[in-house]
Amino acid sequence: MQLTNRARKTDKSPMTLAERLYIPAIAGGLGTTIKHFFRKKPTIQYPEQKREFSPVFRGLHVLKRDEQGRERCTACGLCAVACPAEAITMTGAERKKGEENLYREEKYAAVYEINMLRCIFCGLCEEACPKAAIFLQPDKVAPAFFERDEVIFGKDRLVEKMDDRASTGIEKYTGVKS
Amino acid sequence: MELSILIVKSLIILVIFGITLLIATYSTYAERKVAAFLQDRPGPNRAGPFGLLQPIADAGKMFFKEEFIPRQASTWLFILGPCLAMITALMSSAVVPFGDTILVDGKEVMVQGIDVNIGLLYVFGVVSLGVYGIMIGGWASNNKFSLLGAIRAASQNISYELAMGLSIIAILMMSGSLSLRTIVEQQHGMNWNILYQPVGFILFLTCAFAECNRTPFDLPECETELIGGYHTEYSSMKLGFYLFAEYINMFISSAVISTLYFGGYNYPGMDWVRETLTGSLGAVAGHNVATLIGTIVFFGKTFFFIFFFMWVRWTLPRFRYDQLMNLGWKSMIPIAILNILLTGAGLLLNTKLMSWVMVVIIVLVVVVQGAVANKKRAQTQSYSKA
Amino acid sequence: MADKTFYFLTFLTLLFALLVVFSKNPVYSVLYLILTIFCLSGHYLLLNAQFLFAVNIIVYAGAIMVLFLFVIMFLNLREDAEPQKSTASKLAAVVAGGMLLVVMVAALRRVDAGSYNPATYNSQIGLVENLGKVFLGTFCCRLNWLRSCS
Repeated sequence: MQLTNRARKTDKSPMTLAERLYIPAIAGGLGTTIKHFFRKKPTIQYPEQKREFSPVFRGLHVLKRDEQGRERCTACGLCAVACPAEAITMTGAERKKGEENLYREEKYAAVYEINMLRCIFCGLCEEACPKAAIFLQPDKVAPAFFERDEVIFGKDRLVEKMDDRASTGIEKYTGVKS
Repeated sequence: MELSILIVKSLIILVIFGITLLIATYSTYAERKVAAFLQDRPGPNRAGPFGLLQPIADAGKMFFKEEFIPRQASTWLFILGPCLAMITALMSSAVVPFGDTILVDGKEVMVQGIDVNIGLLYVFGVVSLGVYGIMIGGWASNNKFSLLGAIRAASQNISYELAMGLSIIAILMMSGSLSLRTIVEQQHGMNWNILYQPVGFILFLTCAFAECNRTPFDLPECETELIGGYHTEYSSMKLGFYLFAEYINMFISSAVISTLYFGGYNYPGMDWVRETLTGSLGAVAGHNVATLIGTIVFFGKTFFFIFFFMWVRWTLPRFRYDQLMNLGWKSMIPIAILNILLTGAGLLLNTKLMSWVMVVIIVLVVVVQGAVANKKRAQTQSYSKA
Repeated sequence: MADKTFYFLTFLTLLFALLVVFSKNPVYSVLYLILTIFCLSGHYLLLNAQFLFAVNIIVYAGAIMVLFLFVIMFLNLREDAEPQKSTASKLAAVVAGGMLLVVMVAALRRVDAGSYNPATYNSQIGLVENLGKVFLGTFCCRLNWLRSCS
């Protein structure tokens, strides 16, 4: 029984002289390769030229601040629950008086850590977050690391800098700058 | 011999030596570039403009790598191997005529190392010695893979030397001389040997591939079976010498091919160029410039064959060992002998074109057999469909 | 000058020939044999026999010795793998070799090395063209005769 029509019977008849001479086959092969010689090269000269990321690219995580520069994360733990790789851990803390300009909600994440070796960059944390606090940046690749202790990213590396606001990738769909 | 002629002669030898090394160096670059272009890549382009400094960077890397000699290896032979490979590769360029004569002090000096009347035999002898570098290196490594690579190299070289020698004999019968210069001079005026010896040319070309250990005949260094072949244990510049010798061999065989079959420094309209130049520049300068143009043409032909070597390397897969031996002993040698017989018969009949008879017969058989085979295939297909 | 070159080459030839015999490792023996053949080719060159020089190198050094080396490398002979020979076989070898020496000395003792006449000597006789003419001209019949004998 045949499942497809692609099966072809092998031809085991003795080679003809043309096949035993090799020359016609070699000439054909040389023709094929020389065609490639003059073809345009698809190479991207990396450090000078960069390939554009896909619009849905999920890169390095960022913990967003709001317009006044307050951290949005309220340490609800939904992202940690959603994470299939169990890469996220956090410790919540209560906001003190006088910290209103630092944290938007009354509860905030005192510690927020993502293990980059475990993370699979699926983006479920981003979907789970009710406060629009965590995003996977569309234009930044997670850096390579050389030591084990560099692997766990804490708040120092995750929270966005005020003078260097991170892109969330949402503006591409909504047109609203976050 | 006068002093000025001696100086010019030694200059020529030095220049030939230097050019051989330079071309071999840049062959490594060209190889990478050609490989890249045939595979839709741009190739090395970071070191210098268009990556032109890449060979120098490679050589620098080679020199600074660790020089490793296995403990069980026989040290002196281990060192001797790459040296021999290098020496034999460099020696053969001595008799290749790179150009016509240049006039110095009213005397003609040949643009050639030496013109001996056993030139072709000399090349042949040096090539046949080339295998010692590989064999000694492979054996001295005290490694089974190296030894197998060396043994393969030896058997391959001996097998293909026979066919090579036989294919040359047809040329020798036509030219009546072993001197490469005489052979070139006889091809003057578009009497290129390729027109009279197409079969011999293909045989010689194939054997040149085998003698240089180039793909499709690079079984001595077959990575898939032998790790690295004869140079498995080699590192640093000793490995570099082996690789370098291969490129020098490639250059020399390209030069010999263009000398034997493509008229060397001859090109169409050569006499006219010479007359015009001597007319406009004066006898001496015109002659020398015309020679220079001939030399450039010669190098153009050589470069084409170097390119062809690379082109084939990045097109064809490696032969299997039994295929290699079958091709060498059962096809090439009989065809070469037949070619000699035909050429001899042609010389008796006063025609140089006798070799074409074989080509015509082969083409006829191929066409007829191909038609029959196609018909059969069509029949079996129609049966299987019905 | 030519004299000195001759003596130097002869010295090298004999040295390498002796080393062939005295090397413990058979691979070294073969390599020394190759060097010996090279020196012999040098002698041919001194005699202006260019064709013989090239052919000697191509055939002996380039092909036959490669096969020798080939076989010996495959056998993987080593100094420590050398079997102990009995005294009797050693004695037999010495006697046989000595007898060969005696025969050769006896045969070569009276040999007239022959000399040449500078007036009629043709220094170009070893070149390919002349050699070919001699082979296929003067000696053509003898070659045919040899062939019919064998």
